Amino acid sequence: MPKPSAAPSFESRLDRLEAIVHELEGDQIQLARALELFEEGVECLRAASKELADARSRVQRLVEREDGSFALTDFRG
Amino acid sequence: MRKRRDARTAHDHDGQDDLFGPPPSAELRAEPARLAESSAIYEELGATFPGASPSSAVSVATVTQTARDILEGAFLPLWVRGEVIDFKAHRNGHWYFCLREANAQLRCVVWSRDRRVIPAPPDDGMQVTVLGQLTVYAARGDMQFSVRRIEAEGDGLWRRALERTRAKLEADGLLAPERKRPLPRYPRVLAIVTSPDGAALHDVAAVVRRRAPHVRLVVVPATVQGDSAPEELCYAIDQVSRWNGADTVIIGRGGGAREDLRAFNDERVARALARCPAPTISAVGHEIDVTICDLVADHRAPTPSGAAEAAVRSTEELVGELQSRGRHLLSTVAARIDEGAGALHRLAGDLTMTSGSAIDRRGSRISAAAGRLHALSPLATLARGYAIAQSDDGQTLASIDAFMPGSEFDLRVRDGTVRSTANTITPSDSNAEA
Repeated sequence: MPKPSAAPSFESRLDRLEAIVHELEGDQIQLARALELFEEGVECLRAASKELADARSRVQRLVEREDGSFALTDFRG
Repeated sequence: MRKRRDARTAHDHDGQDDLFGPPPSAELRAEPARLAESSAIYEELGATFPGASPSSAVSVATVTQTARDILEGAFLPLWVRGEVIDFKAHRNGHWYFCLREANAQLRCVVWSRDRRVIPAPPDDGMQVTVLGQLTVYAARGDMQFSVRRIEAEGDGLWRRALERTRAKLEADGLLAPERKRPLPRYPRVLAIVTSPDGAALHDVAAVVRRRAPHVRLVVVPATVQGDSAPEELCYAIDQVSRWNGADTVIIGRGGGAREDLRAFNDERVARALARCPAPTISAVGHEIDVTICDLVADHRAPTPSGAAEAAVRSTEELVGELQSRGRHLLSTVAARIDEGAGALHRLAGDLTMTSGSAIDRRGSRISAAAGRLHALSPLATLARGYAIAQSDDGQTLASIDAFMPGSEFDLRVRDGTVRSTANTITPSDSNAEA
């Protein structure tokens, strides 16, 4: 599903991490490549953890503008 | 109508009795007495009193309207029990039927505006009780019962409405199990279509705040009960669909009476839900009744809190998962490095072994060479009794050219050296060399 946000999602980061581990487990891999993958994997983990840590609970309200575009406003229930 | 016929019979205006059906009942035959009574009253009131004489005849509308006013005034809205016959749903949106008992019928109408609160049209032959107002339909001059509510035995109509909607959705494949989509494992945006001030929103927000503050909750407000609820719910769901920014969509309300769930059994709402691009969870908060929304949604939760629990995984759990993945990554790369180190070690071993055997090979070559050397050694020749003449500097004197008469040399034999002097030097014959 296309998403407005450009940053890779938590899920895509985990997927990448999985792919990295899979490649690391493969037979034909140079040690230099393995270290490169490891570094990328660590970066994925770091970014995903940050996403979890930064989040604060937010309730917003979906608002449709006249031109058909959407905005999110703070919701006070 | 019968009254009028009796009146005509009494006055013998036209003598067309046979045009007006079977003879009147005993009750109606009592009416000539009333007519005589009315004549007496009219005499007092005068011939100009409305309806008192042909010249003051009243209009049809006056009669029907007066009759309606009297009927409506005489009867409070009341419940009537009977069997439904001749049910017709007219194109104009109204329903018509008759309520029948052994020898009596009551013409009934359900105006389209009142239909909303009736879950489904009744079937012919169904025993029902209806709540309505007795009135006169002026345009036809008919007495009719204007029905506001219909209740069948048990929850017959309710079930029937569900079954009808369900059958339609089923025919369109909207209830097929293979349509059910799994919920995303890591949703970031959770939308909820519900009342902005209802318990459902409160409960969902509480779960998200407590378990998964990393998830954003987006409210799409809609009334969840009352006449406008289906339209509002449809509109809100379609908004979420057009926005397309939610990973999971919850539609629901806090618990309510069965009648309050009507909007969630609405076919339009169900179809809007089926069109939603994101996986949906229905949380109508009614454990006993399964609503149409429950059937169409990808998942059903017993309560809004349950829906939230199903939709989001706790931040703690995700952190745990990240940690375990981190450990996996580390162990995998460590295994790789160990493997590399192992390979190096094996290589080193191989190298040592290879060079060792090279040395061994050289050793054997040396001993072979030594054997050959030994075979060629002059010492062996000496051992067999030969002697070798050697100069002082160790040169072998193998030819007469190396000797001068009187020159000294060493004669080497098997077990020592003999100092010797050359005397006569004679070349041997070329053909007698021995």
